[in-house]
Amino acid sequence: MKNPIENLNKIFDSRIRLGIMSALMVNEEVGFNALKELIGVTDGNLASHLKTLEDSGYVKVQKGFIGRKTNTTYQVTKAGEKAFQLHVDALEQMIKGMK
Amino acid sequence: MDDYQQPIDSIKDIKQMMERSSRFISLSGWSGVAAGVCALAGAWFASDIITKNGGPYGEHISVYRADHADNGLLDLQVFMGSKLFLIAALTFAAAFFLSFFFTWTRSKKTGTPVWGSSSQRLLINVLGPMVAGGLFLLRMIQLGIVGLIAPGCLIFYGLALVNASKYTLGEVRYLGYANILLGIINCWFIGYGLYFWAAGFGVLHIIYGIIMWYKYERQ
Repeated sequence: MKNPIENLNKIFDSRIRLGIMSALMVNEEVGFNALKELIGVTDGNLASHLKTLEDSGYVKVQKGFIGRKTNTTYQVTKAGEKAFQLHVDALEQMIKGMK
Repeated sequence: MDDYQQPIDSIKDIKQMMERSSRFISLSGWSGVAAGVCALAGAWFASDIITKNGGPYGEHISVYRADHADNGLLDLQVFMGSKLFLIAALTFAAAFFLSFFFTWTRSKKTGTPVWGSSSQRLLINVLGPMVAGGLFLLRMIQLGIVGLIAPGCLIFYGLALVNASKYTLGEVRYLGYANILLGIINCWFIGYGLYFWAAGFGVLHIIYGIIMWYKYERQ
């Protein structure tokens, strides 16, 4: 039998990155500050995790302005959606395998 | 043991984050109970006034109507100045304040902002049907179709809840359906509006609140 652990995505090992992806999956876009509040991490920490996701091509950034304040929002990409779905499937397989 | 828990925890995390980011889930059961109690108190005061004015709901309002029979329209200003309207406004204010208070306390506990994108989305979706319904009912009062006010309140409020249920605890949907149903039945029992109103806004809110508290907040 194939071990479903192999299908787990290394990038989603981190709870913070998994949290970011979960929030982006059910919202069209989420702002940096909203993510910070949801996940409860510092600016720097969140930014570095977002960078990892961005470099993997799972999220895309949109930089805009509200007045003079920068407003950065994040969206999930098609590749990100697919990767997330595969990761969740693998998790489900693991849970099923345990029973 | 660790291996056993890890995927389940991950799924739980995912689910929780999806809900927290898309729905306003700090709505407290106590808010429902408080709103229901306010509604019952309001209905009790209103029924007191209606009885003193000698007669059931419909006839009472016709007193106002007779005064303004000259143009066939019920004067909105007279209605707004009436004791019944004052009671309605106070009831709404008290219910709003108390339910806000309990939800605010709960959101402190769960660590979700009361004024975040999820609560804004919830509010916008509640307000749509409510504002439309409010204007519609104001016009009905103006035209003197008073018997349909209570059913109208229930139906529009129910629609607002069904609409909003996508953005908060899903169970709100059933409270909405129940209110719509009561409102529609009430359309064929004009004159008993106050009872239906008390059942919908009072009793249903309290039942809903207790169930929600039992399901989500009981420790």
